[in-house]
Amino acid sequence: MTHNPDSPTPRPGAAFWAVLRREFAGYFRTPLAYVFLAVFNAFAISLAFFVGNIYEAGVASLDRFFLYHPWLWAFLAPAAGARLWAEERRQGTIELLLTWPVTVWQAALGKFFAAWLFLGSALLITLPMAFTVCYLGDPDVGVIVSGYVGSFLCAGACLGIAAIASALTRSQVIAFVTGFLACFVLVLVGYGVFDELLSGAFATGTVEEIRRLGLWRNLEPFTLGLIDLRPTAYFLTVAFAGLGLSTLIVERR
Amino acid sequence: MALIEVSHLEKSYGAIRAVKNVSFSVDRGEVVGFLGPNGAGKSTTMKLLTGYLRPDAGTAVVAGFDVVENPVAAKAHLGYSPEGAPAYGEMTVREFLRFAAELRGLTDPAQRVADTLKLCRLEEVAGQSVDTLSKGYRMRVGFAQAVIHDPAVLILDEPTDGLDPNQKFEVRRILKDMAARKAVIVSTHILEEIAELCTRVIVIAQGEVRCDESKERFLQRGDDLNQVFRKLTA
Repeated sequence: MTHNPDSPTPRPGAAFWAVLRREFAGYFRTPLAYVFLAVFNAFAISLAFFVGNIYEAGVASLDRFFLYHPWLWAFLAPAAGARLWAEERRQGTIELLLTWPVTVWQAALGKFFAAWLFLGSALLITLPMAFTVCYLGDPDVGVIVSGYVGSFLCAGACLGIAAIASALTRSQVIAFVTGFLACFVLVLVGYGVFDELLSGAFATGTVEEIRRLGLWRNLEPFTLGLIDLRPTAYFLTVAFAGLGLSTLIVERR
Repeated sequence: MALIEVSHLEKSYGAIRAVKNVSFSVDRGEVVGFLGPNGAGKSTTMKLLTGYLRPDAGTAVVAGFDVVENPVAAKAHLGYSPEGAPAYGEMTVREFLRFAAELRGLTDPAQRVADTLKLCRLEEVAGQSVDTLSKGYRMRVGFAQAVIHDPAVLILDEPTDGLDPNQKFEVRRILKDMAARKAVIVSTHILEEIAELCTRVIVIAQGEVRCDESKERFLQRGDDLNQVFRKLTA
């Protein structure tokens, strides 16, 4: 008799959903989530108003609101993603999680999607911004929707990078700082000042190729109402490459 | 076939051979005490057996499933409490056990959680977050997640470490109650625990099995267990 009737092999989905639910709820167990949501909203809206002059522009559109999202995600996705694996290592719970009947991939997917959904919920709270624009003017709703889709994908890409940073350390602070720096580079690529630096060193064609690797260059079409294959593939590639690499790092423990 | 079959396990950390050619098997009804100095390879052997670490060579089979080739099935039959009984500190005891039950895909997780809280005498702290618990309760939470699915194989790394005598007694009582139906491995520094809890002793030192025998034989080695221990692990 080798099988114990009380120890069934769980359905693969059961472990994934259990991890996803726990991780998502986990954000709200500490004040961190509320601070995060408040900071995201405060910055998203004030950058659009005070830096982007969205009001003075007099155009019923949110492109000046989305313009600053790569900056926000570069900072906040690593903040939300820092705990993914670093916290498991610090608490020692990684040894529990990985000796429970769940594969590393199921656990990693559950964690990643929980974090992405959390970032998505921060984005959802900015919807009054969209409603206000709709109330005050007559914007193209399709453009607003594609802007939100782009911003959400951009968040996933930053989270992918944050996941790698988190898998490499047991310190959330180190995970956050390294994740932020890596995202920060991707934000800079494509900005004017940085472009000028590159132009001095490379040919025009090369500079254009490098710009395409930046977050802003890929988010821009979404803010104009275009859901193109190339930027969508870019964001998803960065997100899932990050997820995959971080999982391999954890698996190699 | 025994519930735990370990054969020729090897594991190195860099140049250090932490586990050297370790083999043993454990049948249902046995409680094996893992004895050995700190750094002897007890915890590493447990980590290999539970599938947390991958062996460099050799095999570990739990309830008929190889932990490397069929890890999820092996882990479904396994309850494990790592050293220090880690748990998600921000969750309440009930939430934590509920998570363990759901992740394991148990039918009727709420009932399982209630039964386990009762078995481990955790009902009065069920609503408290794990971080706020005393060491004794924390160790019991670690124990509770390991037995929530009534596993055939139970592996506990120093389950009584840091507990006061009453708490130690309590953990041993629960363990003895369920031992007849399971294969259990318990690591410990406490030599008296052998006499009270175990049916068999495996002494590990410098990554090797130095002695593997019944409790009765082990106790006959001498009146002073500390001396016996020193001699075996030298």
